[in-house]
Amino acid sequence: MNTLLVLPIIVPAITGMLALLVRNYPTVQRGLSVLGAIVMFGVGGGLVYQVQSHGILAVQMGNWPAPFGITLVVDYFSAGLVAVSGFVALAVAVYALAGIDETRERFGFHILFHLLIMGINGAFITGDLFNMYVWFEVLLISSFVLLVLGNDREQLDGAVKYVGINLVSSAAFLTAIGLLYGLTGTLNLADLSQSMEPVREAGLGPAIAMLFLIGFGIKAALFPLYYWLPASYHTPPAPIAAIFAGLLTKVGIYSLIRIFTLLFPNPDGYTQAVLLVVAGATMLLGVFGALVQRHILRLLAFLVISAMGYVVMGLGFLTTLGLAGAIFYVFQDVPVKTTLFLIGGLMERETGTTNISKMGGLYEHRPLLATMFIVPAFSLAGFPPFPGFWGKLTLLQAGVQQEQWVLVAVALVVGLLTLLAVAQVWGRAFWRPKEGELPTMEALNARFLMNGPVGVLALALFVLGCYAEPVFSFAHKAAAHLTDTGPYVQAVLGG
Amino acid sequence: MELIISVVSGVLLAASFYLLMRRNLLRFVIGVIILGNGVNLLIFTMGRLTRAKPPVIPKGQKVLEGAYANPLPQALILTAIVISFGLLAFTLVLVYRNFAANETIQSDEVRGSEPTDTLDVHEESKRLPA
Repeated sequence: MNTLLVLPIIVPAITGMLALLVRNYPTVQRGLSVLGAIVMFGVGGGLVYQVQSHGILAVQMGNWPAPFGITLVVDYFSAGLVAVSGFVALAVAVYALAGIDETRERFGFHILFHLLIMGINGAFITGDLFNMYVWFEVLLISSFVLLVLGNDREQLDGAVKYVGINLVSSAAFLTAIGLLYGLTGTLNLADLSQSMEPVREAGLGPAIAMLFLIGFGIKAALFPLYYWLPASYHTPPAPIAAIFAGLLTKVGIYSLIRIFTLLFPNPDGYTQAVLLVVAGATMLLGVFGALVQRHILRLLAFLVISAMGYVVMGLGFLTTLGLAGAIFYVFQDVPVKTTLFLIGGLMERETGTTNISKMGGLYEHRPLLATMFIVPAFSLAGFPPFPGFWGKLTLLQAGVQQEQWVLVAVALVVGLLTLLAVAQVWGRAFWRPKEGELPTMEALNARFLMNGPVGVLALALFVLGCYAEPVFSFAHKAAAHLTDTGPYVQAVLGG
Repeated sequence: MELIISVVSGVLLAASFYLLMRRNLLRFVIGVIILGNGVNLLIFTMGRLTRAKPPVIPKGQKVLEGAYANPLPQALILTAIVISFGLLAFTLVLVYRNFAANETIQSDEVRGSEPTDTLDVHEESKRLPA
């Protein structure tokens, strides 16, 4: 059972290393990449099963007892995220077989892709603050290289902004760790949550909380720290952009939720007020940005930001219902964003342009693509049969419970504006008749490899929307463990 | 001693913030180097400074006795140094490659990935679906 906890790190690591060894045999490497992703998906499913039958799992690395060594902890929240990221990683790995050109493959796309997954999974399951920093760096350096892979002018330009701001974010995170260690003498998250009491309210406590908010806020693209995201996410090829949009911001938001529920749970305090203001501003400004964009991937990048606002709103309420809504929203937002970016890549391929004002005729000539677009797009806008609706409904319920009327109003308005943004894409790119011909379709093989994973993702989202109960009760249990940290602490420290 | 190191760390951080806000990308990179050093010193100081008491167990004994220097902050800093060295090497190459491709190290001119065509509302409205 304990071996299973190490697998989310080990499997991508081994896949990445083997892929490096066989880099001269592209076919073998491609097979290996997909195989690794399949195994990873299985491990994610196994973790969800184990957590449901045994509760929170913890394993001490090298058998060092808890506060001294590094602990890996898998609770409902992290198990769910590992499973969801395994699912989208598999879809992207298959899509990349056709969606990534040969040059990028030769320069190590598959290797870096799996190392990125390793960093993401490591950040999800670690129970140690400094170890979390190390995993952040692992995923950052992989994402840096993935972002510039291919050396396009645009990619280098976007990467300068992305790399620059992320270096500052890491420094803020590291400073917070250093200060926290000096005050408490421990880095184990469970141990920290117990020794935070005297330092939470006084002296450096608030400063540390804000440093965490800045460090993770940059990675999660929260207001006012999100400007790097629309400047860089549209530059790499669609599969890379899709995995970034689906997972990287979610790692930031996961860490934010973990830290603020475990170390700074303070329902009436300064942190919650700041979080709520940030949430509202992120939602509004993200969607405003999306409304004026004509570049399909930039438009979607702004919608990534807007969605982060909803999750932070749930964290800001700090009630079980609010957190359950936030967690459910994250679970469905990962496949939604991945699917949208993959579809954005397909739209670019089918029409030969990234500008939605110059696209057109997709509904008439590519009805399958149009059908697949509807599911994630209207889930994002919060339409009833789609999963986004349930997430938003829960968050709004939590908001009404807390009597946060301003935020509830903002969330509703943003939902409407999001609908307007995706309806613009629908109206311009899909419904509008095309002047002239679409470029000829690609080979059947490549179309299958790219449309297949997108179809599976869209279908999974549709099913999740119609039958949300199991995932929602899972998210609710995850939220219950975040508001009552007792079981988490007990699982790590024992006794 | 702690006071001196704290002040040094503060001065380094202040200098790095100044450099981070320069419009020259190379100065930005130098700012990142100094930022890393400032943060490392801060971790070092927060772990309490103990002079001339290495955490080494003397021959013939099984455990450390008395006060000794905390080795953990040093281990953390060592990790952070290695990581920041790798990132720095990447960043320098990136700035150079960007200079080669886009011919600028002025951050105001790093706009190659921004949209060039401005939104033309009149042109747009003509093409809206009926």
